[in-house]
Amino acid sequence: MMMHALRALIGIMSRECLRFVHQRERFISALVRPLLWLFIFAAGFRSTLGVAIIPPYETYILYEVYITPGLLGMVQLFNGMQSSLSMVYDREMGSMKTLLVSPLPRSFLLTSKLLAGVLISVIQAIVFLLIAAAYGIEIPAIGFLTVLPALILSGLMLGALGLLLSSFIKQLENFAGVMNFVIFPMFFLSSALYPLWRIKESNPTLALIAGYNPFTAAVELIRFALYGQFNLEAALITLFSLLFFLGMAIWGYNPSKGMMSRRS
Amino acid sequence: MNVRVFSMVILLASDQRAALAETAFVSLEKDHAVAMVQLPEGKLEGTFKVGQRPRGIALSPDQQSLFVAVSDEDVIKVFDTKTHQLKGRLTSGKDPETFVVDPRGEWLFASNENDNQITVIDLKTFKKVKSIAVGIEPEGIAISSDGALIASTSETTNMVHWIDRKSLSILDNTLVDPRPRACAFTEDRQELWVSSEMAGTVTVLDTTTHQMITKIHFKIPGVTMEKIQPVGIQIDRKRQRAYVALGPSNRVAVIDAKTYQVLDYLLVGQRVWQLAFTPDQHFLSTTNGISNDISIIDLEKRKVTKSIAVGQYPWGIAIAP
Repeated sequence: MMMHALRALIGIMSRECLRFVHQRERFISALVRPLLWLFIFAAGFRSTLGVAIIPPYETYILYEVYITPGLLGMVQLFNGMQSSLSMVYDREMGSMKTLLVSPLPRSFLLTSKLLAGVLISVIQAIVFLLIAAAYGIEIPAIGFLTVLPALILSGLMLGALGLLLSSFIKQLENFAGVMNFVIFPMFFLSSALYPLWRIKESNPTLALIAGYNPFTAAVELIRFALYGQFNLEAALITLFSLLFFLGMAIWGYNPSKGMMSRRS
Repeated sequence: MNVRVFSMVILLASDQRAALAETAFVSLEKDHAVAMVQLPEGKLEGTFKVGQRPRGIALSPDQQSLFVAVSDEDVIKVFDTKTHQLKGRLTSGKDPETFVVDPRGEWLFASNENDNQITVIDLKTFKKVKSIAVGIEPEGIAISSDGALIASTSETTNMVHWIDRKSLSILDNTLVDPRPRACAFTEDRQELWVSSEMAGTVTVLDTTTHQMITKIHFKIPGVTMEKIQPVGIQIDRKRQRAYVALGPSNRVAVIDAKTYQVLDYLLVGQRVWQLAFTPDQHFLSTTNGISNDISIIDLEKRKVTKSIAVGQYPWGIAIAP
């Protein structure tokens, strides 16, 4: 059974890797998106005369330094949604059925699918980080190592969210709604682009919502880890969000209870 | 090892430890106090009240006394660096802002902005020795390392006044760019660097001919020229690097002191004003007036390591070993 499970896990992961390798445009577009933000959007704000000191920073930083962890989160958020999209595609094409009829527990198959997505997401994030470092964003050497567990946890959480969403989406056409109602609000209502205290200055309610946004926790977890520090609160929120999203996704994919039953 | 030798070793060891702890004294214009920050860690140790609107701040050559220009009380106060007790008051003339202490520890030269003069004060008697008339609104003041030459800049006249220590009289005047704020001699006394706030330049003058050697301009990507307002200058003892505080651009310029090329701009707090080296010159500290903090720069790594909140309107800074 163990060997069978392992073979299935490797199979799912290698399929995802193969798909990633073959879809070069997907890789490039996954990188271009955050790089546009870094090279163009952040450059426009470069004249910002230093972002005020907030942990983990000990002195003033340029805006491009501030948004780098947020853009790493963005890479993972979009990768999670991409996985979600490919799940819906697989379901429409019928390859999902082949996977789900396997004798292995459905929760295991979904978790394997999630792990495969996280692997891709971490690779994308690291490549982005290397380009950012080459561009001149100073990151301590230790940060490249300490950011890995944070990227895995945040990747798992955002991937699980993607899985959950895919259990709700009936057709590929509905994906635009996910962009409008999930990805954009999650990204813009977080600490990825601006510190929470800055949102609080203009709208305390929005700052409160942003504070509870799991994407904020993921970004802060990555931000602290990049500087060799651990943000316990962010880690706990990310972990609990992961468990909740994954639990809901497994329930959603249950043919007798979840969304699958409603669709049939 | 006998007891005497042993206790000497202990004493030397403890002295060595004491020498490692460096304290930055920062005048807080609106808190009417001086903050003490442990360097290079950047730990705020506390503050003590000094009087209304403290600005210029400096240490005596033996590091035992701290001089603070208490502008709204028209006095320069002398404090004990260890106990922070008031040791005396210098009759500085009206509204003292900046001053410089003679490296021999005999005299202090204070700029009196409102009276358009430099007041020379004897540090033994705490009494005025002489007043030297200079241009309108004298601001920056510096003394050469041998103590023989004093330079004073007047903000409105746009001049550097060269003062001879022996005769306490003006030797010459040199026109510089508008609103000269601060000046500094190189350790070898060959050059005087003058920052001009309105022109956004630093003029390097020859101390023998009193003529300009070169003019340094600044350009920070993404920052408008109006925000580049040079004020404080520090040049290292080896004359390898010079550092200029660029005011509201929130940057410190790093300059090659031999080629006069700007090598880097380091981001610090808002409206960076004055600068001071640690005694070993491994670190430089800045006062950031509007963001109410000081920044610490690791000079070897050319990196700002920390910014620490110190109190309202940090103005001047002096660092004791």
